[in-house]
Amino acid sequence: MQTVKMVITGPFSAGKTEFIQSVSEIDVVTTERKISSHSERAVKEATTVAMDFGRITVDDDLVLYLFGTPGQKRFDFMWEILSEGMLGFIVMVDSTRPETYREARTILETFRAYAPTPYVVAANKQDKDDAWDIEDVRHALRLDPKVKLLPCVATDRDSVKKVLLELLFSILTEMENGKRK
Amino acid sequence: MALRGNLRDITFTQILNLINLAKKTGTLIVEGPGQTAQVSFREGKLVFAQIEKEDSNLAIVLNKAKKLSANQYRTIMQHGSTISDKELGLMLINAGYVSKADILLSIQQHCVEIGQRMFTWMEGFFRFENDMLPPDNRINVRLDLENLIIEGSRQLREWEQLQDEIPSLDMALKFTDRPGADLKKISLSVEEWRVVSYINPKNSMHQIAHATKMSDLEIRRIIYGLLQAGLVEIIRPIDQAAAVKVRSFPTENKEEQKSLVNRLINRIRSL
Repeated sequence: MQTVKMVITGPFSAGKTEFIQSVSEIDVVTTERKISSHSERAVKEATTVAMDFGRITVDDDLVLYLFGTPGQKRFDFMWEILSEGMLGFIVMVDSTRPETYREARTILETFRAYAPTPYVVAANKQDKDDAWDIEDVRHALRLDPKVKLLPCVATDRDSVKKVLLELLFSILTEMENGKRK
Repeated sequence: MALRGNLRDITFTQILNLINLAKKTGTLIVEGPGQTAQVSFREGKLVFAQIEKEDSNLAIVLNKAKKLSANQYRTIMQHGSTISDKELGLMLINAGYVSKADILLSIQQHCVEIGQRMFTWMEGFFRFENDMLPPDNRINVRLDLENLIIEGSRQLREWEQLQDEIPSLDMALKFTDRPGADLKKISLSVEEWRVVSYINPKNSMHQIAHATKMSDLEIRRIIYGLLQAGLVEIIRPIDQAAAVKVRSFPTENKEEQKSLVNRLINRIRSL
């Protein structure tokens, strides 16, 4: 049985767990702990401490694992471990919380430094009234025009599929361009 | 489609850049320290700016720009305070006191000064009201944002450069080993001496900032100067990020890798 891996990363409460939950055939394995910080508790009730882990069986011979990184900065030591051997990664950004954009940029740059693999950025919560427009998010994140920035609603399976497919198309394009070693 | 947030997360320079690139029309309302600013744009150009609670009618703007004499200004304020800026402007041009160019340049300068003040606002809620235009009775200008953005960027660059040079205040400092260098003979400012007096490998820069009651920006600025002068060095942590193994496919064969990705694509589509 062959296995491949994708990593879903992004700031705290960007929607990483929901993203994986939308497509995983198993219940997302999550280690829940009580939030220790009052400000984090104000944002959401539960958070992952170690990592999220989801699975999609492709066929008898191949399985795709989806790993979600812990969102809080104090767990960033896990990022390097989780990013080993990944096919590519998705950076999730909460479109309704511009105060997280700077952190999202830092996470993006950190992962790019870890491994030169393809990636896409998903602007999550695009169904909310106070979500920033996609192009405004692009400007705020200072993304290169070549970087794919995709609208996303992490609780909507079709939306999540589109993001995963765009990452896979990027991986294929890079392979066809002969950049992969 | 809400463009709103807080200046501590998105700077005023970044907002201007966004408005410029997206060629937005509307009004940016910013609640700064004890005051609120309204800056209006048309297709990405600045057309109007004012600080609420600050009277900035045309007479005041022209007086500040020294386009009106003291007597002219006094007369206008006494007798012409009820007429609109546009009417006042026409009257002054017809009377030969100012030219149209004088008026436009003065208003532009006024808008630029408001923008420059707003660059110093590091915190405050902002929102962009699409299609909201300036009051009808005010004269609009048409100012390219590039120069304003450049100036704001310069300030932002300083902050970012300082953050790049000194990313973490959890590090400590020590004096460099410079044979012959005597710190007492070096000319430093009062603030720099205060920082120097705390330099010790046991004290983090955070602790020095706290002891000297300096902000993150101020302490970085001073330490950067000391670093550039070669007086101190940062004691860095030993751990470095190791390179992650690139191998992400279970096979080295390129065709098999492509086939694998195509299988993944087909599977995701079928979900």
